[in-house]
Amino acid sequence: MTVAFPLVEFRGVEKRYVGGGPAAVADLDLAIERGEFLTLLGPSGSGKTTTLMMLAGFETPSAGEILLGGASLADRPPYRRNMGVVFQNYALFPHMSVVENVAFPLRVRGIRGSEAAKKVANVLSLVKLEGLGDRRPDALSGGQRQRVALARALVFEPDLVLMDEPLGALDRQLREHLQAEIKRIQRALGLTIVYVTHDQGEALTMSDRIAVFAGGRIQQIGRPDAIYEKPQNAFVAAFVGENNMLTGTVVTRHDDQCAIRLPGGQIVRAMATGAMMPGDSVIAAIRPEHVETGITPPACCNAIEARVEELAYHGDHSRIRAALDGGGTLVIRMPSARGFAAGQRLPIGWCTDRCFAFPAEDGAAAWRKAVA
Amino acid sequence: MPGSRAKLPELRRWWRFALVAPLLLFLLASFVAPVLMMLSRAVIDRDLERVWPDSAVALRQWDGEGLPPEALARTVAREIRTARQEGTLNQVANRLNYDMVGSRSLLYATADRLHAGAPANGIADLARIDPRWERPEIWAAMRHADGPLTSHYLLAALDRRLDADDRIVNVPAEQAVFTNIYLRTFKISAIVALLCIALGYPVAYLLASLPERKANPLLILILLPFWTSALVRTAAWAVFLQTNGVVNNALQAVGLIDAPLQLIYNRLGVYIAMTHVLLPFFILPLYGVMKGIPPTAMRAASSLGAPPVRAFLSVYLPQTLPGVAAGAIIVFTLALGYYVTPALVGGGADQMISASIAFYTNQSLNWGMAAALSLLLLLPLLLMIFAGRTMVRTVPA
Repeated sequence: MTVAFPLVEFRGVEKRYVGGGPAAVADLDLAIERGEFLTLLGPSGSGKTTTLMMLAGFETPSAGEILLGGASLADRPPYRRNMGVVFQNYALFPHMSVVENVAFPLRVRGIRGSEAAKKVANVLSLVKLEGLGDRRPDALSGGQRQRVALARALVFEPDLVLMDEPLGALDRQLREHLQAEIKRIQRALGLTIVYVTHDQGEALTMSDRIAVFAGGRIQQIGRPDAIYEKPQNAFVAAFVGENNMLTGTVVTRHDDQCAIRLPGGQIVRAMATGAMMPGDSVIAAIRPEHVETGITPPACCNAIEARVEELAYHGDHSRIRAALDGGGTLVIRMPSARGFAAGQRLPIGWCTDRCFAFPAEDGAAAWRKAVA
Repeated sequence: MPGSRAKLPELRRWWRFALVAPLLLFLLASFVAPVLMMLSRAVIDRDLERVWPDSAVALRQWDGEGLPPEALARTVAREIRTARQEGTLNQVANRLNYDMVGSRSLLYATADRLHAGAPANGIADLARIDPRWERPEIWAAMRHADGPLTSHYLLAALDRRLDADDRIVNVPAEQAVFTNIYLRTFKISAIVALLCIALGYPVAYLLASLPERKANPLLILILLPFWTSALVRTAAWAVFLQTNGVVNNALQAVGLIDAPLQLIYNRLGVYIAMTHVLLPFFILPLYGVMKGIPPTAMRAASSLGAPPVRAFLSVYLPQTLPGVAAGAIIVFTLALGYYVTPALVGGGADQMISASIAFYTNQSLNWGMAAALSLLLLLPLLLMIFAGRTMVRTVPA
């Protein structure tokens, strides 16, 4: 029986920069399994890139340790970690051709001649760059450069591939295309990828697991559907996907559910998180697509009334912005808004298990951080 | 409407040209034209033609074999006498003296005797005044000066001359100075450029790797020499490096040396002072190039498995070569023209070609020679700049 080490393990890792200020990363415990696609998601300054750079060896943890295959990385410089890193600006070597760029990690490992040529040809065909081997990077498009960077990070068969916002500089269509390409290659080669992004859509489509970062700490880690559908705090609810955030006060609490009084006096039910008690100020998060409505009152609990303020047509769906009596607005997403008009009264409602209540204090702070 | 829109780009082009036109005209009138006029003196030769118009025509018609026809000798004799009376003989005498030493006294002695009534019906009469008129050298010198173009100055700048039979021969060894001075000029400039590379590269690297907040004050320190006049800087070096100067006193005080070292008024002083003055010209372009290399380049090399020295040599250094080439070429070309610094901190054997040019311009007033020396300095300089451009182009930044 073999001991099942995770491939990478962060144990109590902390990073502080000289000159004080809050820790860039604090209390980081994280295990990365072989073959998984883990995304570090968060706004800028949340600590996700610092975490990646500590793993690559470009930053040193102030406390704690990082293990690779059970062995500490503390004394291993970046060039002995055997990790392929893809940088945001690609970091291609402008004085080398595509082939020379890709062959570079082989050359420093003493692999030359036909063996190197074969590996380079294989990886170039994997990223679909055959025939461009003699070009210099400045003669390539953004997407092609990204493919070269990827090929260069894969050609030496690293234990781990680290990607730091690799698609950030590309336009949307190309980005989506390359997301699919990276997933295809990851599945084909069984790669372990740690992927940093601030784009929650990218994180949701590509990842096996997502670690949501804010303020140097992991707010929640789990499968994309869990992150999206069961956010554990107000920050995750606000940052991942779109959420309506309604303020209110707890009236009663029973096990994992609570009743909340909205400013207009309406009582709604939500899933309780943390130790909230009657009288506490809370924020209730409900996603636009989970608000149900119709000409007739919806057949679920939490039925209240709102007034249509604005209709917006988005092609594949429509949005209604509605005002609640007594204050607060709500966005409702629906396949079609035909039959609705601004100013009309609208019965709305949602299922209790789609709505999450978070302590208002955390929520306000997290919200500010997310939009800052 | 479409018509007026089509005219717009052309209007804009004229507008752009109008913006630079005043400066262009100013440069043309105050710089380009005078420089070209000055340089043209290296090949244009009208001194003799101006004073002796008839002799010049006759000299050009002569085939140059042996001694000239009697008619030519009579014309020369006549124009010697008229030039003497009009006080313009000096110009011809100076010009012929460049070609043949002693021409000057020969002309004046002949002019005096002709003035006193000596007959001048041919070579035989002239030879009675001075036997040198029977030798081909003086006639060859006149033929070489018959204008309008001459190779005399350019050949002289290369320590060569035309002999009486129009063959290119070396000047006598004691007059052959310029080849040595040119070689010395190129050697000093090359060594200064190498010193700048050795001293400047690490500094530029440090500056480029520091955050801007820390790099800016250091940059000001590097620029400081720019804001001090060359004279003040050089005088300061004299104070520092002289026999009883700061450096020697300090070395003696700590007991490293017993007797003062000769640090100035020799080649070492020239290297020290010129490197100091020119170092910013090397550091700044290199700093610019290094700033353009993203810090992730070295990180990428490291993550791909290259240890620091390997990463530097195969990734960083090649990307800085255009900056090194640009800086070194700037330093080398500026050093080629240095004049004040070697004059103040060098010895007699450390003077560069600019000192010779200045001598011919200001003291001996032989502007043809000054122009020829300048032209020969300018040509390798243009070559260097061209070579630098191609070198920079083959290593894209």
